[in-house]
Amino acid sequence: MKRYILQRVLAIFPILIGISFFAFFLINSSPSDPAEVALRVNETVATPEAIATMRRELGLDKPFLLRYGTWLLDSLQGDFGNSYITKQPVLNEMNKAFPATLALASLSLFITMGVSMFFGIWCAVHEGSVGDKIVRGFIFVGTAMPSFWAGLLIMWLFAVKFDLFPTSGMDGFHSIILPAVTLSLTFISTYIRLIRNTMIQNRQENYVLYAKVRGLKEKTITRHIFKNSLQASLTALGMSIPKLIAGTVIVENIFAWPGIGRLCVTAIFNRDFPIIEAYIVMMAVLFVVCNLIMDIVCALLDPRIRQGE
Amino acid sequence: MNFWMRLKSDRIAVLCMILLFSVVLLGIFAPLIAPHDPLEPNIKFKFADNSLEYPLGTDQLGRCVLSRLLYGIKTTVVLSLLTMGATLFIGTFLGIVAGFSRGKVDEAIMRLCDVLLSFPSEVMILAIVGMLGPGLTNVVIANIAAKWAWYTRMIRSLVMEYTDKNYIRFAKVAGCSSSHIMRKHLLPGVLGDVIVLATLDTGWVILTISSLSFLGLGVQAPTPEWGMMLSEAKNIMTTHPAQMLPPGIAIMVVVAAFNFLGDSIRDALDPKGDQTKAVVK
Repeated sequence: MKRYILQRVLAIFPILIGISFFAFFLINSSPSDPAEVALRVNETVATPEAIATMRRELGLDKPFLLRYGTWLLDSLQGDFGNSYITKQPVLNEMNKAFPATLALASLSLFITMGVSMFFGIWCAVHEGSVGDKIVRGFIFVGTAMPSFWAGLLIMWLFAVKFDLFPTSGMDGFHSIILPAVTLSLTFISTYIRLIRNTMIQNRQENYVLYAKVRGLKEKTITRHIFKNSLQASLTALGMSIPKLIAGTVIVENIFAWPGIGRLCVTAIFNRDFPIIEAYIVMMAVLFVVCNLIMDIVCALLDPRIRQGE
Repeated sequence: MNFWMRLKSDRIAVLCMILLFSVVLLGIFAPLIAPHDPLEPNIKFKFADNSLEYPLGTDQLGRCVLSRLLYGIKTTVVLSLLTMGATLFIGTFLGIVAGFSRGKVDEAIMRLCDVLLSFPSEVMILAIVGMLGPGLTNVVIANIAAKWAWYTRMIRSLVMEYTDKNYIRFAKVAGCSSSHIMRKHLLPGVLGDVIVLATLDTGWVILTISSLSFLGLGVQAPTPEWGMMLSEAKNIMTTHPAQMLPPGIAIMVVVAAFNFLGDSIRDALDPKGDQTKAVVK
């Protein structure tokens, strides 16, 4: 097991280096000159001399690989440079926005897991019943409905029509509920379907037949099936956590939630490259690390994977 | 039964195909069908009710909602199809080359894919739009750039299955050129699966393009686009909530049709699933 974990951990380093290089390359091959952007956002006239000074100031006159090296070393120490707009260190901006996104994502994750486990198991047990059909109808609508439209409808119904929750902003627990529900809608439909289908598939396995022959209670058997169906959902969950955080981009913009998704979209409008760069790197690292953790958890749960390696 | 027969016997699939086909036709012929100019404001008639003149009413600038929806098809649906086409082209080409040639070329393409696939595609798209700046062309480029790696990897693994088959070996021994084998023997083999992947994904592309437009990163006003129309409807939500319905329903129906069709095509291509189900029952 230790060897397996070590192998997986070592394997992510080349990927991380690849990601950082890619993010750096992407921003540096942008058609607009960062020096010019940095000048323009501060409403300075971009004369050739000013651009040259700014280029020196931002270190843009050095060769590409040298700049990449410096940038990588700096970002490893948490220094992503300063925002072009606010002149604040990017890390500060990120730190300010991240808790809001984290709160939103964790609450959605919580809602998603609770709701989809309940309905997933229920539908698998009552396969083909009227309730199962209704839930499947909901799943179907949920996957085809754009999340921004769902968000708008939810906002209109609960914030405008019934005035139960605030439409936007962040004050108090009240205001997190609508964005969190909106965010979890897409994931809920995926997970109900996943849990339901893997459980129905698992029911055909021999261990279920054996359990039935042993005369175990229906409830105990369902628990067995559920445990064995968890792995597919766990792997998917590992992929979903970063997707959840990335998915906040739209929801945060609808509900004016001051998280990193909103920060990134604002940065794109302002051409504030250091923030975009930091956002990309952060998301990619999160994605890779989550995948790693889920791989390890799955290996812990299922010895077959460990031996397969 | 062959693939087409099975697909034709699936009523929902036929319905979806008819629906999508007519949506595309409506989009192409929008200038002939639309009752009004989608860009022409007419403040005097703003928020007009449904009438013969304006079947779906008018928006906050008095523009005909139906005309905007019809013109929006071109931006949303047709662009998504184009994006999908370009992605498939790149993915299939590189996938076949990587899977057939193996060795260093394969290694290089696959490592590049590994790095690209270590981003969630949503982040990747944001990153590229962030680099190129907002705009429709950039959104399309970002979608292609974010998706091709996934297709390349899928198609490569499909190709790998075929390259060890005897007919490919025979073609090699018979002295066919590599490009001939790739075009005439490998491409037809993987094409079926490629089409399934593409149909399943088109709905996703539509959602992405309209989400970005909704955020203001894609289509710029006043071009009619469904996501854009929703974003405009958001601002007048308190006074005229009904404005949110036409574009939202349009997106949902088209995406649902693509999802349904994708599932049906998959079933039609791979009827094994049904057989096992029958055996178990």
